[in-house]
Amino acid sequence: MSEPVIALHDIHVQFSGPPVLQNVSLALHPNDIVTIIGPNGAGKTTLVKVLLGITKADAGRVRRKRGLRIGYVPQQLNLQPTLPLTVERFLRLAGAEPQSIAHTLERTGVAHLQQNSIHHLSGGEMQRVLLARALLRRPHLLVLDEPAQGVDINGQAALYELIRDLRQELGCAVLMVSHDLHLVMASTDQVICLNRHICCQGQPERIASDPAFTAMFGDRLASSVAVYHHQHNHDHDLHGNPVLPHDHTHDHPHDAPHNAPHDDKGCQSP
Amino acid sequence: MIDSILDDFFWRALIGGLGVAIIAGPLGCFVVWRRMAYFGDTLAHSALLGVALGTLFHVDLNLSIALVCVLLALVLVALSRQQSLASDTLLGILSHSSLAIGLVALSLMGEVRIDLSGYLFGDLLAISRHDLLWIAAGGTLVLGLLVWLWKGLLMTTIHEELAQVEGYSVSGLRLALMLMFSLVIAVAMKVVGVLLITALLIIPAATARPLTRTPESMALVASLLGMVAVASGLSLSWFSDSAAGPSVVLCAFVLFLLVWITRGHQAR
Repeated sequence: MSEPVIALHDIHVQFSGPPVLQNVSLALHPNDIVTIIGPNGAGKTTLVKVLLGITKADAGRVRRKRGLRIGYVPQQLNLQPTLPLTVERFLRLAGAEPQSIAHTLERTGVAHLQQNSIHHLSGGEMQRVLLARALLRRPHLLVLDEPAQGVDINGQAALYELIRDLRQELGCAVLMVSHDLHLVMASTDQVICLNRHICCQGQPERIASDPAFTAMFGDRLASSVAVYHHQHNHDHDLHGNPVLPHDHTHDHPHDAPHNAPHDDKGCQSP
Repeated sequence: MIDSILDDFFWRALIGGLGVAIIAGPLGCFVVWRRMAYFGDTLAHSALLGVALGTLFHVDLNLSIALVCVLLALVLVALSRQQSLASDTLLGILSHSSLAIGLVALSLMGEVRIDLSGYLFGDLLAISRHDLLWIAAGGTLVLGLLVWLWKGLLMTTIHEELAQVEGYSVSGLRLALMLMFSLVIAVAMKVVGVLLITALLIIPAATARPLTRTPESMALVASLLGMVAVASGLSLSWFSDSAAGPSVVLCAFVLFLLVWITRGHQAR
């Protein structure tokens, strides 16, 4: 396996009160998507801050690859409306040229927002702008804190898919923090269940049946997490009802790929 | 020629006021963006303590004001880290206490005659050549720092942790901002006095908001609006014999009303 971009060894963090993180070790490799899940107060945010170098660990070691560039996608910006800021100006603060800004915004699917005020973006648009900003730094490691927060359910699936694709293109390591189980389980290579210490970790399929996972999320919830693999085998009509590929409005042969060009107006609108 | 202009108190007042308005513009934007209005008030009130101490120890008043402001700023930053008191409570306590301490200290120095209302509301028409020198030097330093640190200051205002990940020193930048505030308060006190300094910082900045779409243009327009307020306030004071400092603030407020009534809905 290739050299990790960042590795934590026996991290221990304590503010006033009980320890927030105990004996946490993890290594992130290029091309890996690792997701941290855990209940509120499990120390997820603290762990991210240690990784980012914002919080110093009280004990343990953080080893970074030399010249490590991190692209960080925070939960939200909390901008004062009194600060006038367009998407482009915000991205230029990252030191990027207008041309690469346009290109990157296109890649994250929000090219049309380049000249818009940053104050009127929806949750999903904001996440994509923040993602573009992180990408402009050409990161070795992409860190996303609750990327799906404030994004509607269709948008979430698309966002996770975009993150997977970007990982492929950039070959970077990806670390996500999340607590929505269903989509995360499908879009990650590795899951780490955190509750002040690492309860269990591994591939999502294995984790879903791990007793520690069941203990953390309760029997009912854990068993409901059949790992949901998002597949583009259908589209939605305007009412949100799935339109199945073998719908009669599709007139391509069954052995053709689903995305083969065909005249499927029936898919777009009822 | 320049000498004869500087001999005239009206020209001195105008030049000094314009100089302060130029630096108050961009700094006022940071006060508005970072919601530091109350913080600025607290620092400004402590300037009176600087006057008392400077008079007591025969130190240049501008210098002693700046020093006291820097000290208080450091104390505030340190205190805001421990979170047993809400920050607005803390600021409220320190703001009025430092004002009270300054007033008591000044009244205890019975043998020195001090024009108290001049310190509270400004004494623009009494600006000396020495004050102008302070405004020029302090203003140049602050403008230089602003240009040099602009990107970092803006990034930490937008998102502190994002800025930190991208390699900016958040605490260093905060310190620089405090230093700039202290300097501006020291030189602006002569113009509008301790009670009105915050107004000169935030009113032009707030007025500039609906007129602009980028942080840089907002800072620039705030400076220009501040200059207009100073020039028209000074004229008002000249023709109607009103107090100069409050006249300047009044003009800034009228500009604010005009802009927000006509353009407020366009604040984008």
